[in-house]
Amino acid sequence: MTETVIKLGRKGKRTTFMDKVKELLPEGGNLNACLTCGACASGCPATGLGNMDPRKFLRMAALGMDEEIIASDWPWMCTMCMRCIYVCPMKIDIPQLVFNARTLRPREERPKGIRESCDMALRNDTTSAMGTTEEDFEFVVNDVLEEYQEAQPEFADMEAPIDKEGAEFFLNQNSREPVTEPDEMVPLWKILHTVGANWTYGSKGWAGENYCMFLADDDDWKKVTKTAADQANKLKNKIFLNTE
Amino acid sequence: MTFSVLAGLKKYNLKHNFEVKNIYEYYAKWIREGKLPVNSDWNKDLKIKFTVQDPCQIVRKSYGDPIAEDLRYVIRAVVGEENFIDMVPNRSNNYCCGGGGGFLQAGFKEERLTYGKIKDNQIKATGADYCIAGCHNCHAQIHELSEHYGGNYPVVHMWTLICLALGILGPNEREYLGDDLKEVNVFHPESAM
Repeated sequence: MTETVIKLGRKGKRTTFMDKVKELLPEGGNLNACLTCGACASGCPATGLGNMDPRKFLRMAALGMDEEIIASDWPWMCTMCMRCIYVCPMKIDIPQLVFNARTLRPREERPKGIRESCDMALRNDTTSAMGTTEEDFEFVVNDVLEEYQEAQPEFADMEAPIDKEGAEFFLNQNSREPVTEPDEMVPLWKILHTVGANWTYGSKGWAGENYCMFLADDDDWKKVTKTAADQANKLKNKIFLNTE
Repeated sequence: MTFSVLAGLKKYNLKHNFEVKNIYEYYAKWIREGKLPVNSDWNKDLKIKFTVQDPCQIVRKSYGDPIAEDLRYVIRAVVGEENFIDMVPNRSNNYCCGGGGGFLQAGFKEERLTYGKIKDNQIKATGADYCIAGCHNCHAQIHELSEHYGGNYPVVHMWTLICLALGILGPNEREYLGDDLKEVNVFHPESAM
């Protein structure tokens, strides 16, 4: 009769990537509840890219294949659109598994395009991923506004305020408009003018985009959101109105 | 972006004294209240068909089907009931176009276009002349899909169509309209640059 108990599996329990993610999520993201039905993979446009799909990704995490997960580019091809969790009978939070998989690489090894857009947003309090300063934004807005007030006299009273205290709406705008196609701001202003909305941009935090979230950098995502939230708080705006 | 603000405020427990909303809800509210007197007569004879990409960030990830209904209410009022054709599947069950999550900036172009093939097929199946995009990432991606896969359907913002239907869309505010709509219902045509 043998005196030692036979233990299955690895010697000593290693904490896996999936264990760590489970600790971060409410109900552990249900990550242990997979029935392997494949509803996620069959309705995912990223299935097949990088020889991966959401079901396979979850199984690999469950099996502790952390090195393979770190090496995979697939977390950057998944858009975290949440269709997988929407159709999942067990409501497994695969998108959060992907978000956290993005953090497994050092920041400087994450995709350059996303990283640089995030870094650019941190450069100014405008949070613009295209690096637009407060001064440049103010100049473009006022320049375009004056041009239209003159060319279309029905809109001579139209406004595009920046930092208006007590306005009902704190409006954001994707940087693409003020930077590359400023005329596209005008239809939005006209709509707000027509309904008599009391609105304002914030000199800080007017930019709607947030690449730091995509970069999976929590400190920077927080900083971008906080910059805009603080400005809306300061201006005592009631509605943070997203244009996208 | 709606989701990054909503999720960020919650995740980092940021103090705030405001509500986070998306403008699509307000477009619908303002039309219902009569504050935005849109009219689809411009499209009565043209019969130009439109479909819409439900933005994942705003619909499935933030406000669900009610805001998808608001979006459709606005579109129908603006282009005419009979000129709107939904993709299948849609609303909260919609497929992502592949522009989100940073994919546009991640550097995997070939994979991104492959990802978007489903979306391009969906749009083509509607037979629509135009696709309305609810966010800039969707706009950029679907625009690229339209060129890459040869559908060549223009991709437009909602604000453009609302102003067209209000008769207040000037000649320089038509960047994303196709040739069929460049000259329709033009406000102050003399200001063309």
